[in-house]
Amino acid sequence: MNWSRIWTVTRTDLKQLIQAKDFWIPMLILGGIFFLFVPTILLLSITAIGDVHAVAQISQALEVLPERAQAAVRGDTAAGRASYALAVYLFAPVAVVVPLTISTAVGASTIVGERERGTGEFLAHSPAAVKEIYLGKLIASLLPGYATTLLGFGIYSMVVNLIVGPEVGGWFFPTREWWVLMLWVVPPFLALTLSIVLRLSARVKSTAAAQQASGLVTLPLILVAYSQSTGALFGAASASIWIGAIAWIIALAGLSRGMKVVTRARLLGVADGI
Amino acid sequence: MSCLTGNARSADGLLVDAPLVAARGLSRSFGDVEALSDLDLTVPEGSITVLLGPNGAGKTTAIRMITGALNPDRGEVRVFGLDPGDEGEDVRRRCGVVSAKPALYDRLNGWDNLAYAAELYGLRDYDTRLRGAAARFGIEAALTKMVGGYSTGMKTRLALARSVMHDPDLLLYDEPTSGLDPESSHAVLELIRSMTDDGHTVVMCTHLLLEAEGLADQVVVLEDGTDLISGTPQDLTDQYWPGVVVHMDAEQPDMLDRLEHADGVIAYHRSAEEGARGAGVAELQLDDLGRVPDLITLLAADGVRLTRVEPRVPTLEDLYFAVREGRSAFAEGNTLGGPDVAARFDRRRTAPSVNDLTGVEQ
Repeated sequence: MNWSRIWTVTRTDLKQLIQAKDFWIPMLILGGIFFLFVPTILLLSITAIGDVHAVAQISQALEVLPERAQAAVRGDTAAGRASYALAVYLFAPVAVVVPLTISTAVGASTIVGERERGTGEFLAHSPAAVKEIYLGKLIASLLPGYATTLLGFGIYSMVVNLIVGPEVGGWFFPTREWWVLMLWVVPPFLALTLSIVLRLSARVKSTAAAQQASGLVTLPLILVAYSQSTGALFGAASASIWIGAIAWIIALAGLSRGMKVVTRARLLGVADGI
Repeated sequence: MSCLTGNARSADGLLVDAPLVAARGLSRSFGDVEALSDLDLTVPEGSITVLLGPNGAGKTTAIRMITGALNPDRGEVRVFGLDPGDEGEDVRRRCGVVSAKPALYDRLNGWDNLAYAAELYGLRDYDTRLRGAAARFGIEAALTKMVGGYSTGMKTRLALARSVMHDPDLLLYDEPTSGLDPESSHAVLELIRSMTDDGHTVVMCTHLLLEAEGLADQVVVLEDGTDLISGTPQDLTDQYWPGVVVHMDAEQPDMLDRLEHADGVIAYHRSAEEGARGAGVAELQLDDLGRVPDLITLLAADGVRLTRVEPRVPTLEDLYFAVREGRSAFAEGNTLGGPDVAARFDRRRTAPSVNDLTGVEQ
């Protein structure tokens, strides 16, 4: 395995993605909506505007949280506790949905796109091994989603600390559970999803078909990731570790299988079944 | 260029001359479609071999098998004495390919396209090489521009530059002038011709006979995935037209048929070319050009008024159609118009293996 070649494939794919403003501008907007606008509006409406009715409803909702989660909620006022709970527990799925959506969109076209543009012919005739091409493209699909998420996570942390922090006695975010979620749970779900998306991208006839099929396949994965990430925040720290570990095992198995699906014939578009 | 190019080790360990590409009995199907069927191919070092055939003849599939991008269902191929199926990386590193579509990244500029290939081919400190390759094909000034804005001719030039910058031993060009205007086509063909001056070996696919004319050291005519004939253009035309070819037309074209049995006439037939009176022009093969005055005298004695007497050097186009006609005739149990094509099909049954050709003992 030549890591220099893998990085070359990754870098070139990313360079092309940067040129595609029609792709990354909507993706930035998506990240902005989930990590900046919605949390800001929601948290401000509770802490600054002081909507008593909404705060009362959220306080009631907190009672359905697991006892461990309820005990962790900080704040002396109802508004403070409600905003803390929202900041820590409500937005966990966002951290999963955004990277999966972005990386799926990138990954779906990565191999079939080479075929459609005719550049698959160049790669097929190059000395690069198909495994190197696969891994290069996988990383190039993974990085935009995960980087956007980390950036969004940073912005979200600022928003939460600036708006909710004064209500609960200072900056508190990210919590330990969020660190585990972002660094240990989200990446394997991303890798697993991409292993499936890249396999689809190698098999289908067009980018449009790859987008459709990827959406269909990744929807249940998003739901699983959604529930597991929420559970990771609610549960004990060990639960997050276990969820992440299991997700990594499944992801690595998926990547290993996915690597075998990409062949030179598929880059050329002449494999049976394409 | 490698000093081992075109050589292989024989059983006693000596280096022996061998073709750069030796393929025997290559077959490959895609579903129900047979893209290649028992293709034999030998590419000598330092030559331009032109794979000539209509669309769907199997030219592109043959190129793909040479680099190991595709594996054959049956048959074997050796490139530089290596099996591309097992040692594909080593083979591909020594090949430069331009495919029918230029296969460039529109969202990268010219430089980045070349740099991508340079890094995949393992080149280090490649700036000078890149500029040299781009300059050679007259595309250096456009390297900072996005390839999406290039004309077809510029894309072809960039693809050609990309194919040579790692100094490959074997260049594989699949319809490199596709979509180009005549002037650009001519320029590209001149550039390809210059490749062999540097010691490169070129395999070029085309369905345009004019392109192959004057460019090919060796021609391989393909149809339905198989090679009909191969050899130098001169040898092949000599095979099909062992004598001098003369075209004749007259105001009474039917009267020309009497020349069929005249002295010195090796072969006689009506060509597809329409003459002045609507009948096909008579094509005669003579044992000597000096027979022409005798034939004219013979016809004049019968009152035939000739409108055309044209000694003709057969072109590759003539050869191509003669070969194809010969094959059709073969299918009907006839072999008019050239050597016995049936023999060319029969030879495969007793064909030597690729190792016989390369001298490599397995």
